[in-house]
Amino acid sequence: MAHVWRMIAQRLALGFLTLFVVSLLIFGATELLPGDFAEAILGQSATPETIAAIRRDLGLDQPFHTRYVSWLGGVLQGDFGNSLANGQPVIELITKRLGNTLFLALYAAAMAVPLSLALGILAALFRNSIFDRMSNALALTSISFPEFFVAYILILWFAQSGMFPSIVRLSEGISFGETLYRCFLPALTLTLVVTAHMMRMTRAAIINLLASPYIEMARLKGMSPIRVILRHALPNALAPIINVVALNLAYLITGVVVVEVVFVYPGLGQLMVDSVSRRDIPVVQAVALIFASAYVLLNLTADVLSTLSNPRLMHRR
Amino acid sequence: MSTLISILWFAVAVVGAMALGWLFRALVVAVLPQRRAHEMRKAPLTASFGILVILVYVLVAVFAPVIAPFGESEVVGGEFLPWDSTYLLGTDNLGRDMLTRMIYGARNTVGIAFIITALAFFVGTVLGLLAAVVGGWLDQGLSRSVDVLMAIPSLIFSLLLLTIFGTSVLSLVLVIATVDATRVFRLARSVAQGIVVMDYIEAARLRGEGKWRLITREILPNAMAPLVAEFGLRFCFVFLAISGLSFLGLGIQPPTADWGGMVRDNATLITFGDLTPFLPAGAIALLTVAVNFVVDWQLHKSSGLKE
Repeated sequence: MAHVWRMIAQRLALGFLTLFVVSLLIFGATELLPGDFAEAILGQSATPETIAAIRRDLGLDQPFHTRYVSWLGGVLQGDFGNSLANGQPVIELITKRLGNTLFLALYAAAMAVPLSLALGILAALFRNSIFDRMSNALALTSISFPEFFVAYILILWFAQSGMFPSIVRLSEGISFGETLYRCFLPALTLTLVVTAHMMRMTRAAIINLLASPYIEMARLKGMSPIRVILRHALPNALAPIINVVALNLAYLITGVVVVEVVFVYPGLGQLMVDSVSRRDIPVVQAVALIFASAYVLLNLTADVLSTLSNPRLMHRR
Repeated sequence: MSTLISILWFAVAVVGAMALGWLFRALVVAVLPQRRAHEMRKAPLTASFGILVILVYVLVAVFAPVIAPFGESEVVGGEFLPWDSTYLLGTDNLGRDMLTRMIYGARNTVGIAFIITALAFFVGTVLGLLAAVVGGWLDQGLSRSVDVLMAIPSLIFSLLLLTIFGTSVLSLVLVIATVDATRVFRLARSVAQGIVVMDYIEAARLRGEGKWRLITREILPNAMAPLVAEFGLRFCFVFLAISGLSFLGLGIQPPTADWGGMVRDNATLITFGDLTPFLPAGAIALLTVAVNFVVDWQLHKSSGLKE
């Protein structure tokens, strides 16, 4: 058991190192700003005196490393600074929306993961049948669709007839079931977008294994095809499947941006898009940092889980 | 009932596409000389349909000013006019002709996506091959920095960079090309690493060939197949990424016609059951599907079959 913990600790350390460098990059990116922060805030109304005053206020006259350390210190305590657009603390803008975005991503994942695993296994089981070809062609098509196209098709089908709302309004005190109902269309869009890729990878991972001798052996013993796949092929295909699931969950985090805009969903993605067009740098930095950490963490988890699922990697000589 | 009709339409579209693919293949086989025709004859219908679609897009993009009935951002009539004989696809939210915008959109969106992909490929491939050939510190430095860049989701990273550089076509091209070059670098490096250790490279080195010649004349021809397939896939990703950004209002800026932006500008029509905004979105999807079909065929041909 000890080496498992050591492996996890190693990966965690590596993950934190990555996060540290990413935060450096996100903070350092503002250094590339033509002119600087102070000029960006003032815009047209800049005079040398006001610029100097704002620089002093924001500590822009300090060297880069001092500013980075104080920014990072603030971030670790939940202080992301103030928004340039309306002067509110960034943390206030973010907290509620972060919850909403996480809810949407989890909702979509809860639908997408079981669906794509089931479809992938079925496609592998009935490979080269009509079902397999159809699902393959559909998957290829839906990968090629931009998210907003899928979203608008769903709006046309479901919201036109009044079955589901096309604009998500989340207010205080609505029941959980009602929230699920109101968020159904955005969640379904995300599900459709990620399912295709996960399904194709599940199918490929299983089919790759079907050529190996031990599967041949199981077949010759007279085992049923379902049992061969579920008991013999699936456990060995787990590592690549876990990887692709994590990758797609990470993709959900970014896919959420476009979908939130289409459905006017009060989440982080919408906030980020608004802030990018307003060039509200503190907010963009904070949201980018949150998205990047979630991405790094998910990849880390996938790495650990797929190692745990493969005895050959666990007991490497 | 409406679902049934949609499914019927979908089936008709699929059958029509396959028929077009078949016709196009027959035509190409008849026109091409014997040796080249043989390869085309074995192409699946999906692939020949894909090639046909790509060809049509390229023609429309090149001859846009000739085909388009009006000027690119010319206001020709009222807002949101329905389809009729003058404005074949109606007008958009500012009263510009939809068909004209669609045609110019092919030029702008596809053209910019192509430029970005080509740029990303050039930079990524050169650096990747260089890293594999030189190795040592250069390799470590490049690979680790690419690792860091890839630790940030690409859309988020592009949004961050666009905040800083502002939204213009030039910054869009540079930002997306940078983000995508990292992915190309990874592939080019790993492909080249498999080739660098081969004997003939050793022989070429002993012959005294320089690095540039080694890369372009010895390694690149052998690494071409996976890179070409990757080019197709990368193009799809870039194309979807810039349409997504334009849809968000952060990509190609008005009044330049662009499919992503057109969807956003006219999205209100969807609530009234008007299908016009689906045309630009469909145009994006159709091209991506077509490229994917062709790439799939190429990959299939080069990989051989598994079970």
